[in-house]
Amino acid sequence: MDTIDKVDGAVLLKKGAEASLFIADWHRRKVVIKMRVPKRYRPKELDEQIRSYRTVHEPQLMHEAKTAGVPTPLIYMVNVPESLIVMEYVEGQQVKQLLNGASKSERHEVCVKIGESIAKLHRHGLIHGDLTTSNMIQTPQGKIVFVDFGLGEKNMELEAQGVDLHLLKRALQSTHYQFWEECLQSVLCGYTSVLGALAAEKVYGKIREIERRGRYVEERKQ
Amino acid sequence: MSKIRKSESGSYCLGIESSADDFGIGIASFNGEILANQSDCYIPTEGGIHPREAARHHAETADKVLRQALNKAGIKPSDLTCIAFSQGPGLGPCLRTGATVARALASYLQIPLVGVNHSVAHIEIGKLKTGAKDPVTLYASGGNTMVTAYESGRYRVFGETLDIALGNCLDVFAREAGLKHKQGVPLGAAVEQLAAGGGRLVSLPYVVKGMDLSLSGLLTAATAQLHGGNCSLEDLCYSLQEHAFSMVSEVTERALAHTEKKEVLLTGGVAANKRLQSMLNVIAEEHAAKFSVVPLQYATDNGAMIAWTGVLAFQHGLTTPIDTSYVRLRWRVDKVDVPWIR
Repeated sequence: MDTIDKVDGAVLLKKGAEASLFIADWHRRKVVIKMRVPKRYRPKELDEQIRSYRTVHEPQLMHEAKTAGVPTPLIYMVNVPESLIVMEYVEGQQVKQLLNGASKSERHEVCVKIGESIAKLHRHGLIHGDLTTSNMIQTPQGKIVFVDFGLGEKNMELEAQGVDLHLLKRALQSTHYQFWEECLQSVLCGYTSVLGALAAEKVYGKIREIERRGRYVEERKQ
Repeated sequence: MSKIRKSESGSYCLGIESSADDFGIGIASFNGEILANQSDCYIPTEGGIHPREAARHHAETADKVLRQALNKAGIKPSDLTCIAFSQGPGLGPCLRTGATVARALASYLQIPLVGVNHSVAHIEIGKLKTGAKDPVTLYASGGNTMVTAYESGRYRVFGETLDIALGNCLDVFAREAGLKHKQGVPLGAAVEQLAAGGGRLVSLPYVVKGMDLSLSGLLTAATAQLHGGNCSLEDLCYSLQEHAFSMVSEVTERALAHTEKKEVLLTGGVAANKRLQSMLNVIAEEHAAKFSVVPLQYATDNGAMIAWTGVLAFQHGLTTPIDTSYVRLRWRVDKVDVPWIR
């Protein structure tokens, strides 16, 4: 199989900004096919660079995340020229939807797990790069599976870890503005429990520094 | 408090913009007609905007621009219903100069003062002039680069720069390349012209982090190429634009996919750039969304956008008492309630 149109019954699940996701039956497995479609708006050369880089790195990072103890979908196949990844279909509910219908204690429980997973990634030198509640799925067994590592990287630096958490904070603010503070507290609680107070506090200090660097933010006022 | 003097169509708001290098005064009628939009730009002899010098420029030209605006609109000061001013975000000394003019006018005319968020105003004038109703907006200027969309009472920030703004990135590069700012021809336009003559893509950093982006590394790398590399200025301008615009476009597309809105609006000073317009147009097409761009005279900082947003706020009972009308240098767009939407 090299292109999407050769897979029987591939159904478009979501047309994202960066990639299109299809659900398909592939060798009797229910799979997600992630295809990074060419972007006409940017120069071909740059577009090919970006797509192939992300297609190569995403499965590597997903594999390493498992080693770090963070559940991610199994990768079945990678096709770099087509910018295509075939991976396991994860049954469950997007954390984004789940949070909006959950009770306060359920939210706390989920967010603590998220914090723990992020800490495991960071401890392992992995940066997710796009931590939003759309990129996390809760399975019926209660595991939180992280997906979409396309913007991730291997990086041990505090700066990268700080940005990673800062982005999650921003995602919570824009998507879950009703209770983002409470969710963030729970995430940080889980994060601290894995990394230890000392190491976690270093990252939190970095987040404050990153926020002060931003444009027109109150945090900048010393 | 003073009374509303005339019927809606005969009511006017005068808006003062002075957050950065432009001093602008606009007059909007309550039914959305822009009767005047006058401005005067401070041009530094060298380097970027010096806040104190820009504020001095604003104080010196305020009187002239005010007269021009009233003449253009053909109304008398006594015809005004309220005075709006850009309360932030922006450069302190510049904002304070505009605020002082606004307070003086409001107290002299005994009409209400309305403090307006500069970023909200860029979005509102874009909507007024293009007819966009509920867009994902890319607001890109010398001081701001953010992707916003309306959600539950406020414009939420879905993506933004983690460091410098897009216009700032282009301007600093242009100055490093020895280009000069002229009245009516911003530095960004000079970069755009040069870029049109380039075509070889020089590899530069491309930094998208989630929905956010970072432009400072790109600027540093492009500047290093300028001074040490062996590529032409045209190719560098081209490559800088292609990288920077691809980054903001990717972030805009993410917000569009995330919010599933059906309109894309480009506003702010960099909206004048044809290449950026064409990139966003392609993205809008792919998501079956309607693309609009704010007309040129309302893209850069202007008084009309402040006047119009002042109308919207005033009509919803929002006024700013003079004794609490201090400027807010870091007033983020997502801290502002916009009750006029729905």
